[in-house]
Amino acid sequence: MTQDQAFYTALNALNKAAYVPGENPRLYDKDPVPLKNRMARENKIVESLEKAVELSGLQNGMTISFHHHFRDGDHIVNLVMDTLARMGFRDLRLAPSSLSDVHAPLIQHIKNGVISHIETSGCRGALAKAVSQGLMDDPMVFRSHGGRAAAIEEDEIHIDVAFLGASSCDPFGNANGYSREGEEKSMCGSLGYARVDAQYADSVIVLTDNIVGYPNVPFGISQRLVDYIVCVDDVGDASKIMTGATRFSTNPHDLMIAEMTSNVIVHSGYFYEGFSLQTGSGGASLAVTRFLREAMIEKNIHASFALGGITGAMVKLLEEGLVSRLLDVQSFDLDAAQSLKNNRFHQQIDANYYANPYRRGAAVNQLDVVVLSALEVDTSFNVNVLTGSDGVIRGAVGGHPDTAAGASLAIVVCPLMRGRMPCVRDHVNTIVTPGNTVDVLVTDQGIAVNPRRPEVAERLEKAHLKVTPIEELARRAERITGKPDPLPFGDKVVGICTYRDGSVLDLIRNLT
Amino acid sequence: MKITTPASAGTMESGDIMIEIESSDQREVEVVLKSSVANEFGKQIVATIRNAVEEFGLEYAVINAVDKGALDCTIRARVAAACQRATSSTAFDWGKNA
Amino acid sequence: MLFVPGNNPGMMSDAHIYGSDALMFDLEDSVTLREKDAARLLVYHALKTIHYGDCERVVRVNPLSTPFGKADIEAMVAAGAQVIRLPKTETAQDILDMEAEIERAEKQFGIPIGQTRMMAAIEGALGVVNAYAIATASPRLVAIALGAEDYCANLKTSRSLEGSELLYARGAIVVAARAARIDCIDTVFSDVNNEDQLIKETQAIKQLGFDGKSVINPRQIKPVHRVFTPTQKEIAKANRILAASREAEARGSGVVALDGKMIDRPVVIRAERTLELAYASRAVFEEDEV
Repeated sequence: MTQDQAFYTALNALNKAAYVPGENPRLYDKDPVPLKNRMARENKIVESLEKAVELSGLQNGMTISFHHHFRDGDHIVNLVMDTLARMGFRDLRLAPSSLSDVHAPLIQHIKNGVISHIETSGCRGALAKAVSQGLMDDPMVFRSHGGRAAAIEEDEIHIDVAFLGASSCDPFGNANGYSREGEEKSMCGSLGYARVDAQYADSVIVLTDNIVGYPNVPFGISQRLVDYIVCVDDVGDASKIMTGATRFSTNPHDLMIAEMTSNVIVHSGYFYEGFSLQTGSGGASLAVTRFLREAMIEKNIHASFALGGITGAMVKLLEEGLVSRLLDVQSFDLDAAQSLKNNRFHQQIDANYYANPYRRGAAVNQLDVVVLSALEVDTSFNVNVLTGSDGVIRGAVGGHPDTAAGASLAIVVCPLMRGRMPCVRDHVNTIVTPGNTVDVLVTDQGIAVNPRRPEVAERLEKAHLKVTPIEELARRAERITGKPDPLPFGDKVVGICTYRDGSVLDLIRNLT
Repeated sequence: MKITTPASAGTMESGDIMIEIESSDQREVEVVLKSSVANEFGKQIVATIRNAVEEFGLEYAVINAVDKGALDCTIRARVAAACQRATSSTAFDWGKNA
Repeated sequence: MLFVPGNNPGMMSDAHIYGSDALMFDLEDSVTLREKDAARLLVYHALKTIHYGDCERVVRVNPLSTPFGKADIEAMVAAGAQVIRLPKTETAQDILDMEAEIERAEKQFGIPIGQTRMMAAIEGALGVVNAYAIATASPRLVAIALGAEDYCANLKTSRSLEGSELLYARGAIVVAARAARIDCIDTVFSDVNNEDQLIKETQAIKQLGFDGKSVINPRQIKPVHRVFTPTQKEIAKANRILAASREAEARGSGVVALDGKMIDRPVVIRAERTLELAYASRAVFEEDEV
């Protein structure tokens, strides 16, 4: 209708405001400038990391987060922490998805009071050793991947600022763990853990060494979640982020365990057309794929999907048509990253989709079989993947408890002994995955089945796969190695190992 | 039996133990151990070494041991070999604890 | 039979987990001269302490002509080795000399006389010529084996993939073993990565009549077992032959017939051997028989 007096009277009565061009400061004026000029003039790229930090509103005592998709080649955590230290921040709470050997410089920041608290999935190297010796006042809190994602979603961890490295990013923040133009300097594949941080953090800063043209789609992280972009020289060291296809182990123990595990799977009752699978990324648990593939070809059985932690071995199965889909929360090698980039049936998923403990639909709950490695297993089937036999923190919880709880059949593989250290024993140093979720243990000297799963034991026995009580395996190990003396733990709690819902599984004490 | 020359046996390979033995001025068997499993098995390893040295028949010696996770039977074998070489003797009671 | 070098404690602690039928701890060619004493002690202690499950425990000692042989025999008999393997056996006298040393050691250490068995490795022309004499030299002898590397050097030729240079030796050893009613074991295949060739060679020597093959890497155990394991078809056929044989016996007849054909005695014996192999390699389980 004509916008005369009657129009405005009616609007008044309806209590609505009229459109006035240029009046609403929130709206942007029409811009006749071509896209390439527009992009150069207005985007989210900030001139420096310091500037981005200022804009984010970071204060002392706040929580900041990082992802660990660049693994031991990561430069982001150290770069950001050095900058924040220089800027004078203190008492920061770190919530990285995990930490690695390369993050040793954090020791100094902890000593100087820049960092007061760390929540992570894992910790290694000099930093882990220092923490084990009592470096921090606040114990380090360990969570599983699913546990961390849920804690973030439920605001138990409130991320104020997320610093997320990306292999490529366009000027508006569409980010990926690979690149489709420019120099592909630091490919990492899936950004599954980073996606959760991007979704829930108050402020999201993407750091990249490769600005590409808009729109960088398909995207790993949507621009809608990104506030600021900072260009850095190198997000990471490509040679340490990932290498070519992960090689199968040639260690005869690993191969023996892998072959036995494959046989267990075939006869477990969970090997049928359309079954689903997840394996570990190295050693015996990866080599299982090699043997299982032969069985799949021989018996003409295909998997509906494989989940992980995806490696080139799984990609091969996808490309051969033995597996229909891959769900990828973290890519482990270049083959996996390339496949994620190029194959639309290789889907990037975030950590909540992967393993949120409170969602029936989480991917881990759709697993038939998961094969997990272990540092130690005790006679109650509790598993330790976090602290070494010397009691020092040296690993990560990862998706271990998530997949064990979610899969119909959780198989843990481990040699009976490593050198003189018994790996099957009465008690593990740290419980990371509770025994009530672990179904089968395969060692190089025998298979044990959790008494909770008598039907599985029966199926294995019928297939002439000998099942040994786990206590007997522990005794056998002890007879060969001797009984180890207790470790010299002190009284200080340096680590809290939590279950998927945040409840405490175990405490890690300092080593004197 | 007397130690006529310092001697060694064993390697630094995983599962092995390197034993170096020489004569001692003190009237005792002194064992210095470096081990990858020192906390858990250090005491047992030292005891096994002492035991093997005594069984061989030596009363005074200094033993430097670098352990890479050797089992007791390996430790005994390496100590015996080092003792044999140090005393230039080939004597060993194969029939003991039959 | 899996070779385990005698100076490698890491390998010795759990060599039995790979499922080989026998373990051969070596004090001879894989051990340097300087380490002969240490290796002897390592194997001695390992045999006395470690429980090797169902694997037969064989030790290859140094020949008596070396400064090490006598002590080796003493130590290994005392340690309870089940079989002592003599390398480079040339004459029956070599066996007799070794047997005398073994018996002395058994007496000294209170081991029942005759308990320790022997195996002879033939690694030269003279040994091949004397194969039958060697194979029958002692009731302790349970097997003769071929050592191809030294044999080829002795013959002044080299090893080839198709192995024509070993034809006569292999034939002679199988024949001698059968005539003496003992086992025969073929030489190792050293290219650990070439599984196809390993399988080809194992099939060929199985056809020649060998009872088994030595292996130098756990990875080789399964392929060798597979070659020696009868197929389901062969097992089914063997079962039928034996059923026909039992049926003929029940009838009191000496003539065994199957599918309208007469079955000779040798065929029945071969069928029995097939089933023996089948049980031994767990291709068939007695409790599964209907």
